[in-house]
Amino acid sequence: MIRKSWFIAISGMFLIFSLASVGAVEIEYWQYTYKSRVEAIDKLIESFQAANPGITVKHTNFPYADYRKKVAIAVSAGDGPDIVQLYYGWLNDYRDSGLIQPLPKDAFPHDEIEDEFFGIVKSMKVKGEYWGLPTAVRSLALFYNKDLFSEAGISGPPETLDEFVATAKRLTKKDNAGNYLQIGFAVDTDGQDHHWWREVLNRLYGGKPYSSDGKKIAYNSSSGSQALKFVTDLEKTHQVGSNGFMNRGQDAFKAGKAGMVIDGSFRISTFNKQKDLNFGITELPGHNGNRFNFSSYWVNGISTKAKGEKYDAAVKFLKHLTSQNAMQIWLDTVGELPAKPKIALVDKNKKHPQFGPFIRGLAYANATSFIAEKPQRQSFIDAYDMVVLKDMSPSEALSKVAKKEQEVLDEFFEN
Amino acid sequence: MRPGIPGCSLSDKKMLSRFLERQTIGQKQALTAWLFLLIPILFYVIIRFYPTFEAFFVSTLKWNLLGKQKFIGFKNYIKLFEDEEFWLVLINTFKYALIGVPISLLFSFLIAYYLNEITFGHETIRALYFIPFLTTAVAMAWVWRWLYQPVPIGYFNIILSWFGIAQQPFLKSLDQALYSIMAPAVWAGLGFQIIIYLAGIRAIPQSHFEASSIDGAGRIQVLREIILPALRPTILFLVVISTIGFLRIFDQVYSMSADSAGGPLNSTKPLVLMIYEAAFDEFKMGYAAALTVVLFLILLVISLLQLSLMRRWTR
Repeated sequence: MIRKSWFIAISGMFLIFSLASVGAVEIEYWQYTYKSRVEAIDKLIESFQAANPGITVKHTNFPYADYRKKVAIAVSAGDGPDIVQLYYGWLNDYRDSGLIQPLPKDAFPHDEIEDEFFGIVKSMKVKGEYWGLPTAVRSLALFYNKDLFSEAGISGPPETLDEFVATAKRLTKKDNAGNYLQIGFAVDTDGQDHHWWREVLNRLYGGKPYSSDGKKIAYNSSSGSQALKFVTDLEKTHQVGSNGFMNRGQDAFKAGKAGMVIDGSFRISTFNKQKDLNFGITELPGHNGNRFNFSSYWVNGISTKAKGEKYDAAVKFLKHLTSQNAMQIWLDTVGELPAKPKIALVDKNKKHPQFGPFIRGLAYANATSFIAEKPQRQSFIDAYDMVVLKDMSPSEALSKVAKKEQEVLDEFFEN
Repeated sequence: MRPGIPGCSLSDKKMLSRFLERQTIGQKQALTAWLFLLIPILFYVIIRFYPTFEAFFVSTLKWNLLGKQKFIGFKNYIKLFEDEEFWLVLINTFKYALIGVPISLLFSFLIAYYLNEITFGHETIRALYFIPFLTTAVAMAWVWRWLYQPVPIGYFNIILSWFGIAQQPFLKSLDQALYSIMAPAVWAGLGFQIIIYLAGIRAIPQSHFEASSIDGAGRIQVLREIILPALRPTILFLVVISTIGFLRIFDQVYSMSADSAGGPLNSTKPLVLMIYEAAFDEFKMGYAAALTVVLFLILLVISLLQLSLMRRWTR
């Protein structure tokens, strides 16, 4: 008798637990640790769970340095996130490796995406499917130190490349031995300058970085050389700064030792925190009446691990992450720009003294279809060093790095 | 009475005790030793040797850690030998070892030799030399990275400017960067080497020194005829250890070169960093494994050579 009642009690408990697990779905969200991004996602999870009882979202984050490795290893082991945040430049890699699955067309109709999001998001469409969508986008702008400008008697930030060089020259200070005390422009090949050269300067000189299908390198041209000459001349000929002065461009600017630096909107909060740094932000300088910008973004994708009810919950959460409301929260919390022009390009945002130049830049921005960001960035770093340290001509340097980068592209497209 | 063996049935116990009875004492001791060694051996086989053999296997694959593994034979090795970067990196690696080892051994010997002669402050100075060895390589490398900066912040360049010497680019130069990174590696290793040298010098019987002073030997003679020959095993041990250390240099380069890329233009990149990049930046596991196998073979050959030299030299 006793055995029988035990049996009933235990099976009853099993029944209750299994019913409970039918009611509640837990999905996992992964991103890298960055205080304001973590806060923003926590806010979004809270509002999502309030609207969708029965779904809980577990938020996991860890340092950027390990991010890509951990995601790759976890998902391939059948573990890890249901929804994952990834840099748009990694998409091909993730897709190719079977880490993420396409977004369902009924929940995310293609014409709606193409209608509502900024044009750059089109690079998330591969083989007729969308694989991820961003909450926010980033672009570049020119940060300038207002105090150093007024000290040098410069009335306003430069509008063209020629004005840019002239301004940088006036902002540069050296001691008697020729050592920099203050640099006009903080060249930093480790920072954002490779984007500036690839997507902005190349186009300003009439070229483009890659062929339209992204399979062939196109910067290995006279316009590409002109663009590289422009950047390297800042250090070599005009001597308005040296690469890595005070370690990183943003450090030199923060310390008030650099007149100008090019960086993304995510740097605004860093510079705002710096006491005594009186800075302004303006659009990147143009050339011959043209302007270009570089845009990048992080997207949310559904991992191949998500199946069944977890998949449905993941789709719902992704909807929530790409909603108008989420984009405003992201802008207010993180300082990154809404991914939909309808929200981004409102007067309030366009005229914002700090976000404004970035948002205006989005209108003429291009995103690079990276295969692998690191080796592709290395091309610029190496080409710069070849010209500045080895005295190579820009065209020779470019043909060297282009050969190597083309191998990376070839290897990818072969598969 | 033979001790009972728990967990065995009676017949098992009988068989085991009969087996043990037949063994000589020597055999029993050997058996006990093997039993105790079993755990570390198992550990080594599973944790160390198995992955090593796995690396040989992976080096014949094309595999990005996530997708399917594709067998491609020796293609990774062929690609490697055709890769210009590989040869540059190999030369860099040997530069670290061939220049770093003699310099560090010479410095540490000189310091140990003179440190041995003083008693006042001996322990304090010894501790000061040892501290860098205890410090995290990454933290130290970052401090040195700042020391190498140009004038407003970099102390080395500030000191040079006091003497009217021109600014040096250090880490930004193709010719100087490798040596600039080698310097903190040498410096950090000194403490350990000094301690080993000191122990070696102290272990020389006092009677040797007394006999030499009776014979009227000078300082140089004592050094050449007594100290150096007696230190042979110590020197060879340090050569082997620090050669392996320099051939595997990584932390310093990773922390001190811009973007951790072993630049400028790969001029400071050692083999281990190239392996790391191939495996964890580009996810070319097969290529990385092939590089690892090459490094393994290099270390193996060099260690065996040094060990055989050691045997001949210390005989």
